[in-house]
Amino acid sequence: MNNVFKLFLPAAAAALLAACSDTGDGPESGAEPAQQPVVTVYSSRKEHLIKPLFDRYSEDTGVEVRYITDAAGPLLARLQAEGETTPADMLMTVDAGNLWQASQQGALQPVESAALDASIPQHLRAADNTWVSLSVRARTIVYSTERVDPQQLSTYEELAGDQWQGRLCLRTSKKVYNQSLVATMINTLGEARTEEIVSGWVDNLATAPYPNDTTTMEAIVAGQCDVAIVNTYYFGRLKKQQPELPLALFWPNQGDRGVHINVSGAGITRHAKQPQEAIKLLEWLAGPQAQGKFAELNKEYPANPAIDPSAEVASWGEFKADDINVEAAGRLQAAAVKLMDRANYR
Amino acid sequence: MSAAPPRAAILARLGPARWHAPAWLMAALVLLPVTVIALSWTNAQTEIWQHLIETQLGRLLKNTLVLMLGVGIGTVVLGVSLAWFTATCEFPGRRWFDWALMLPLAIPTYVVAFVALGLLGFSGPLQTQWRQWFGAGAWFPDIRSAGGVILVMTLVLYPYVYMLARSAFVAQGRGLMDASRLLGAGPLASFFRVALPMARPAIVAGTALALMESLADFGAVAIFNYDTFTTAIYKSWFGFFNLQAAAQLASLLLLFVALALYAEQRARGSGRIHQQAQRNREAYRLRGWRALLVSVYCGCVVLFAFVVPLLQLLWWVVEQRAAGFDARYAALIGHTFTLAGLAALITVVMAVLVAFGQRLLGRRRSALSVRLAGLGYALPGSVLAVGILLAFAFIDRQLINPLRDVFGLAPTQWLVGSLGALVLAYVIRFFSVAMGPVQSGLERIKPNFQEAAQTLGASQLRVLRRIYLPLLTPGLLTAMLLVLVDVMKEMPATLLLRPFGWDTLAVRVYEMTSEGEWQRAALPALTLVLLSIPPVIIMVRKSRRR
Repeated sequence: MNNVFKLFLPAAAAALLAACSDTGDGPESGAEPAQQPVVTVYSSRKEHLIKPLFDRYSEDTGVEVRYITDAAGPLLARLQAEGETTPADMLMTVDAGNLWQASQQGALQPVESAALDASIPQHLRAADNTWVSLSVRARTIVYSTERVDPQQLSTYEELAGDQWQGRLCLRTSKKVYNQSLVATMINTLGEARTEEIVSGWVDNLATAPYPNDTTTMEAIVAGQCDVAIVNTYYFGRLKKQQPELPLALFWPNQGDRGVHINVSGAGITRHAKQPQEAIKLLEWLAGPQAQGKFAELNKEYPANPAIDPSAEVASWGEFKADDINVEAAGRLQAAAVKLMDRANYR
Repeated sequence: MSAAPPRAAILARLGPARWHAPAWLMAALVLLPVTVIALSWTNAQTEIWQHLIETQLGRLLKNTLVLMLGVGIGTVVLGVSLAWFTATCEFPGRRWFDWALMLPLAIPTYVVAFVALGLLGFSGPLQTQWRQWFGAGAWFPDIRSAGGVILVMTLVLYPYVYMLARSAFVAQGRGLMDASRLLGAGPLASFFRVALPMARPAIVAGTALALMESLADFGAVAIFNYDTFTTAIYKSWFGFFNLQAAAQLASLLLLFVALALYAEQRARGSGRIHQQAQRNREAYRLRGWRALLVSVYCGCVVLFAFVVPLLQLLWWVVEQRAAGFDARYAALIGHTFTLAGLAALITVVMAVLVAFGQRLLGRRRSALSVRLAGLGYALPGSVLAVGILLAFAFIDRQLINPLRDVFGLAPTQWLVGSLGALVLAYVIRFFSVAMGPVQSGLERIKPNFQEAAQTLGASQLRVLRRIYLPLLTPGLLTAMLLVLVDVMKEMPATLLLRPFGWDTLAVRVYEMTSEGEWQRAALPALTLVLLSIPPVIIMVRKSRRR
């Protein structure tokens, strides 16, 4: 043991020093002319959903795309802490609230691009052009085909009614998807009415909220409850594994504002080292070559209306979507969290 | 080092005084992120505080206390009893249980939590069967409750207590126990009045680790939707996008832990227990139903804490036909081992230097720095990671880049995004994990060995190398293993600070679980668990009682 110690102390110190001075090939700006541009992406969208597209882009253009994945909060904190020296050119994340927040904190720069304007509809873009949506997911009602007649279903609000007493399951309010749903409800229905509805949901709960959409749907299958609110792609994933499950999607609020949608999207960072290359990548991701695949990988809807969703996603039926600008979700997120706390929605 | 002694005294003390350096170096490292977090108080976030106090703080504090109490009792009972049996008794399967009981350490808490929810939840196979037998309304204990969280955390965290108590019991031998028995005390009384008090520093160190981990845990409590104080921290950050309020809450957590640790050390008093050179290490041979009972008890713990989660992981991997397994796994495994090995080595070396310095200087004179150095483990992982990131970014901006500017170099990121920064972050986070076993091991060594060696003219370093390290081997190996396995599982700092391309198995697990794809996360999780088994076995082999 003492030999080990004698040997390793200097070795460990040397290794640490060496590791520190190897900066993980940071941006050596101006060191050499960029013959092989590298675009750097910080992404909270997971690797298996982005890597296939980045690989294709590199093949087509010769531009290398490197990335780091983490949750949105830590990535944004890192971007802010790094400031001017950040290697990141693009921030990619899920949920409009996160995108809005990044823009609000000045981490993104506005981009004037006719190609982006043409690809992505206005309600799926930031008003100040700091980010665009790249895919759309609906947060809708799922029900048990054994115990619920879809005729009984109509709106999100109506799930607060007495007929659903002890029959509703929800995912935790800590998930940003529920925060965005409630935020857009505040925007449309006002805070007081929304609080009534959320309290009604809580009263109707069959059991304490579940940690994710999949366990929530499994509770319906097991008979613990009859209806729930979930993102479409979780439903798609579960159905793909077990097609015979007695579950179906229902599109609520077709008579008024439409189904609540959320997005994943991206923006160019304020201190991007390769802004032009990054914009080209963003335009490509929003364009016809990438949009179909980008959505299909996660069973989502393309943000570009010119592109059709995959056959599987299309099989769930067409619906009217709430076309409120998704920025509202970010602006009202804090209010939504507080409201859900007051309503005892955990 | 508060009051300045006269010059002559400083010179006279310069020899031992340099042993202050390791502790203060560690304290300085830990203080980097802690300062960042404490600085959050420069801007009061009244609105969020008001909201939290009005809506949930009371409930969160109650939940947290219940959790701590439950996990504390659970890990001590489980860890100490198992350690006593495997370290001092002989029963069927003992040699095997000796190391198998450490394995649950390798399974991340959130995996056990998810498996427990999957098996025991309403839609799980057990409850479904139960309903078929006894009807839809039949009562079944709710796993999504305080009891459920405590059960899961106890099963995952008891190895901390087990490992530390085990090496304490192994070192004790049975000399004093025999003396106690000769003097007329029964076996139980002897255990509680002799063996247990002698192992107290080790048990306390292990329990403190388990409690700090459960206090900072976010994964398991999120799966159970059991809100604790840490939930409020994450809510402030991700719900309100208020990192400052999150840091303020985290600093309170830190203060609480610091006070608790301080109180424990005060309560322990200044009594010291040193081990005798042990000759009699003969085991208590259990026979008949007692032996059977102990075997079954150990077996049940291994079954529920390790085998069942492992089988579930295996089942998922088979079900997914190992999808996602490709050539990159070699790199993932390489990165995981490199990072964990490097971090474990540095952390343990630092822990030995700090603990040895503490011994030379006496507890009182090194108390502050040592206590500060151990605080990294008490913070929720993400908060600590961000604190470290902000501190490193500050150093880059204020220190490194002005210096580069002098030499005409363009500003860059020297620390942030480097491998060294990530390893430093691990050292900061897991220092107290290494310190516990090293310190409690050191405390059992009689100072007269050292006095004798010094009388014979040996230098301090030589004493450390020739006397202490050989005697410390079980403690050192425990420390190495704990840090190694903890780093391998670590997520938040790895995610936030890794250089480009340095993905590890834990990163892969995160990518899948964060979107609820537990089945796909099984492959990296299983690899992680399997990789942890060889180090566990090696460690036990090396520290086994002869």
